[in-house]
Amino acid sequence: MKELLESIRKKAMEEIAQSEDPEALRIRYLGKKGELTAVLRGMGSVPPEERPVIGALANDIREQIEAALAAKAEEKKEKELAHKLEAEALDVTIPGTACAVGRRHPLAQTENMLRDIFIGMGFSVAEGPEVEYDYYNFEALNLPKNHPARDTQDTFYITDNILLRSQTSPVQVRTMEVQKPPIRVISPGRVYRADPADATHSPIFHQVEGLVVDKGITMGDLKGILELFAKRMFGKETKIRFRPHHFPFTEPSAEVDVSCFVCGGKGCRLCKGEGWIEILGAGMVHPFVLSNCGIDPEVYSGFAFGMGIERIAMTRLGIDDMRLLYENDVRFLHQF
Amino acid sequence: MILSMKWLSDFVDCEDIEIKDYCDRMTDTGSKVESYTLLGSEIENVRVGRIVKIERHPDAERLVVCQVDCGEKTLQVITAATNVFEGAYVPVCYCPQDEKRISKLATGAQIKSGKLRGLISEGMFCSIEELGLTTHDMPGAATDGILILNDTVPCKSGDDIVDVLMMRDRAVEFEITPNRPDCLSVIGLARESAASFGRELKIPSPTVTEAGDDVRNYIDIEIKDTEKCFRYSARVIKNVKIAPSPLWMRMRLRASGVRPINNIVDITNYVMLEYGQPMHAFDYKCLDGKHIEVRTAGEKETFLTLDGQSRELDADMLVIADGKKPVGIAGVMGGANSEITEDTATVVFESAMFLGSSVRVTAKKLGMRTDASSRFEKGLDTENTVPALERACELVTLLGAGEVVSGMIDIYPEKKQTATVPFEPEKINRFLGIHLSAEKMTEILESLHFAVRDGQVYVPSYRDDVRCMNDVAEEVVRIYGYNEIESGSIVAAMTQGGLTDRQKFTDDVHGLLCGFGLDEIYTYSFMSAKLYDKAGLAPDDARRRSVEILNPFGEDSKTMRTTAIPSMLETLEINCNKGAEKAALYEMARVFLPRENVVTNIHGLAGTLPDERIKIMIGLYGTGDFYRLKGMCEAIFRYAGAEVKFTRETSNPTFHPGRCAVVTSADGMRLGILGELHPTVVRNYTFAAPVCLAELDMENLFAVSDRKKTYHPLPKFPSVTRDFSFVCEEQVTVGEIEDAMRASGVSLIENIVFFDVYRGAQLGAGKKSVSFSVSLRSADHTLTVEEADRAAAKILRGVERALGITIRQ
Repeated sequence: MKELLESIRKKAMEEIAQSEDPEALRIRYLGKKGELTAVLRGMGSVPPEERPVIGALANDIREQIEAALAAKAEEKKEKELAHKLEAEALDVTIPGTACAVGRRHPLAQTENMLRDIFIGMGFSVAEGPEVEYDYYNFEALNLPKNHPARDTQDTFYITDNILLRSQTSPVQVRTMEVQKPPIRVISPGRVYRADPADATHSPIFHQVEGLVVDKGITMGDLKGILELFAKRMFGKETKIRFRPHHFPFTEPSAEVDVSCFVCGGKGCRLCKGEGWIEILGAGMVHPFVLSNCGIDPEVYSGFAFGMGIERIAMTRLGIDDMRLLYENDVRFLHQF
Repeated sequence: MILSMKWLSDFVDCEDIEIKDYCDRMTDTGSKVESYTLLGSEIENVRVGRIVKIERHPDAERLVVCQVDCGEKTLQVITAATNVFEGAYVPVCYCPQDEKRISKLATGAQIKSGKLRGLISEGMFCSIEELGLTTHDMPGAATDGILILNDTVPCKSGDDIVDVLMMRDRAVEFEITPNRPDCLSVIGLARESAASFGRELKIPSPTVTEAGDDVRNYIDIEIKDTEKCFRYSARVIKNVKIAPSPLWMRMRLRASGVRPINNIVDITNYVMLEYGQPMHAFDYKCLDGKHIEVRTAGEKETFLTLDGQSRELDADMLVIADGKKPVGIAGVMGGANSEITEDTATVVFESAMFLGSSVRVTAKKLGMRTDASSRFEKGLDTENTVPALERACELVTLLGAGEVVSGMIDIYPEKKQTATVPFEPEKINRFLGIHLSAEKMTEILESLHFAVRDGQVYVPSYRDDVRCMNDVAEEVVRIYGYNEIESGSIVAAMTQGGLTDRQKFTDDVHGLLCGFGLDEIYTYSFMSAKLYDKAGLAPDDARRRSVEILNPFGEDSKTMRTTAIPSMLETLEINCNKGAEKAALYEMARVFLPRENVVTNIHGLAGTLPDERIKIMIGLYGTGDFYRLKGMCEAIFRYAGAEVKFTRETSNPTFHPGRCAVVTSADGMRLGILGELHPTVVRNYTFAAPVCLAELDMENLFAVSDRKKTYHPLPKFPSVTRDFSFVCEEQVTVGEIEDAMRASGVSLIENIVFFDVYRGAQLGAGKKSVSFSVSLRSADHTLTVEEADRAAAKILRGVERALGITIRQ
């Protein structure tokens, strides 16, 4: 009897392992007329003292067969699912449904970078008109009529005393007229100069200027702010260098170079072998300008700085002709 | 300003300084160097040779064979030149056959030994052109032959021609800022160089050798306009012998970029370059009445200037006149009527000081900026007229150009006061963020020839730009070194940075537009008024009234735009012409609308600034249609939380009359226009596909945007949806039906969504079916079928009552 049961176990397990149809095997072994059932029915011929042992063995075999059948059924289901999924497979190399992406203009991208850096340093953003009074663009900035320094900015005029602003500095004057220190603003915007368009000039271009006025502001503070800015804008290793210069509205004035971010100062094509790139004008606000705006230069001091967005964008992005920025060829715009 | 380093060494010794180091340090102390040139270095291996023997070339009729003594060697040189002779000293490219030498010339040519018609030629004779010279530099030299050095310069065989002709120099070009006219001179730059390198400055006082007689026998001078002329100094030179100036002077002028002319004119230019004081020389015989006066011109007085141009003067212009007529425009240019010529025998030297702004305005009006005027306009040193004049007279004697008549005329009505500024070392340290001792500051200021005593800084007469503490601070720090300032961090009150609501909103709209797949463009704010025609604006369109530039480049860039449509169309067309199949663009474009009413400003300035507005300009070419464009606009308004209304616009000639809408806010504020470009306007361009444009007003959009959004509880009960298809005449609009549904008085309507319009034979001609999906919801209970049915019936009745139409059966 025992041998018979063991031989059923062996045969069933072998068949299940091979089987494609576990349900049929269930019927054959465990069904009412199944082989194992038939053996159990013959329990009557087993001596009573052996019955518990044989019974336990038979139950063990039944459980084993059932478990094997269940595992087999699970395996079959998984196979079928895998089949179905494979049949549903897509060609993932076919392009996706088109989803247009628009881009900000490279000048706007650059302006936003500059803007965000200064906002992070507590600056707000001031705006002003592009058609401006001569007073705000020049006179209040220590550039009286017939001042030779006006020659450095060939200006478009609308009337004798209204013009297209040649710098964003008039916004600084307007800000100081209405706001008392502490002042910390930048004024990004469009400016106009009568330079015919070529690879490096445009009659219309963009600047960002900054102004800080408070008690005890020093030229060291100006250097500090510009150094922070240069590191954020051009990389942690960037250094700055001040060279004396002249602007009528600041005194002392400086031109500011940043170390070339391509070669790190060793000299390359971008910096023309100099290791430095001229990028900013800056200085301490002239006392004449402060008092013109109703701020007492004996109490307050301040600094101002300015830079051309085109120049920074072109340097950063490797654009070699300024006219591209205003032509708006979509093949150009899509590169940024 | 181009500085000859040789000339500089007359005043300060910088010869031992490497040129690069010199330029870097000068830039660091405030005299910005643009570039430098090593003059004479372009010529190599050209020596003086003496022609010993000339024979005919056996095989060439036009060539001669010369034996040339070049010092250590005698070379054979073959030439076609006809002005050579035995005994002539000539420049020769020194290329002995047994040495592999190459000679370089100013023309860029390289010469080596070689055979000419079978005979070896060990070099080449040079013309002035090949040495980079002109007959101004070498008067009397042949222009079509070899430069003959005999009787021109002392030299011997074998000398380097660059040294013989005094061409070796280092020329440094400075960019001098307008506040430092004193640096437009050799002496000014010598002062800066001495201070920058800590070297001794020596400016010798000129010594004039007077030849007797008395200047007062020759001339009297009167300043009639003392507002515009502060000082007039003059001397007379007699027995003038006009001749070329000596080689050293010509070469210094040449190195400075000035063309030599003759001794008298060269002296005036030389002194201008050396002292920074423009000078003028009049031919005495052309002055009527032994008299010079400085006065303003008569209105419409005409005058022939030195350059041969006739100029019309006005009563604001200052002239130098004799007893009868103008002989010069003060500080700008002399007259042809008193020009120095070959037969000039007596000369009046003028060294004067005029009001800068007057010279500037005059030069500008006459359209003639000269070297003199560009110096005067920046404001020169009144104390400098006499030293400059004395230097000119010293040079006259040195050059043997004439005899200086005894005495000088110097009209100087009001002696110039030099400025003083309080010396505040502590304040300067605080202001700059540095820590310099008062002694160190004094030392720096004194090196720049400021005197410091009794708590005051005494400013030299030529430094009119120094007026206050900031100016003194700059003097100190530029010599101390800008880069010695330590970077600080602002210790001050906190400021509240960041963007305003308006700026943030603009950023958000940019984000939406880019999200729609539009690329941002930047276009010019000025344009040609013709583009208004091209874009189809009606002849009486108010937008044609534009702000105009007085001094534009041309008609094409004169008009400040009042609408962004022309710029967008031009940009779309450029892309179309370049082969782009499609373009979807936008611009935040500023437009300039002239104001009808005068707006006053706080300074009472004349004139009114235009109303500057930002337009959101969208342009689609080859991609999308009216409804795509409208979808974008709707999304912007939805984002802004603005209730808007689209109304058909049939009379804007830019747009297709059947495919154009204006957008207004709930309270009637106009927000913009959108539509397809009118087919007639399309013909003005090269577009091959339809173009759609929208121009929305950013200011008005912001004004109607909802910036106080608050939470509304989410619905607790489900909605019920009912679909309606109305059959109506073609001219009934979807908007009208929707309005009628909303006006039907059903409060349960939550949302109405249009989803289809259908036209077909079974509806009949001129009819259409319009379908909507309406969702109904109650805030406090789940709607029953009966309630929904009642609401639907009420909606239908409302539409029928309003428009006479009903649902499709």
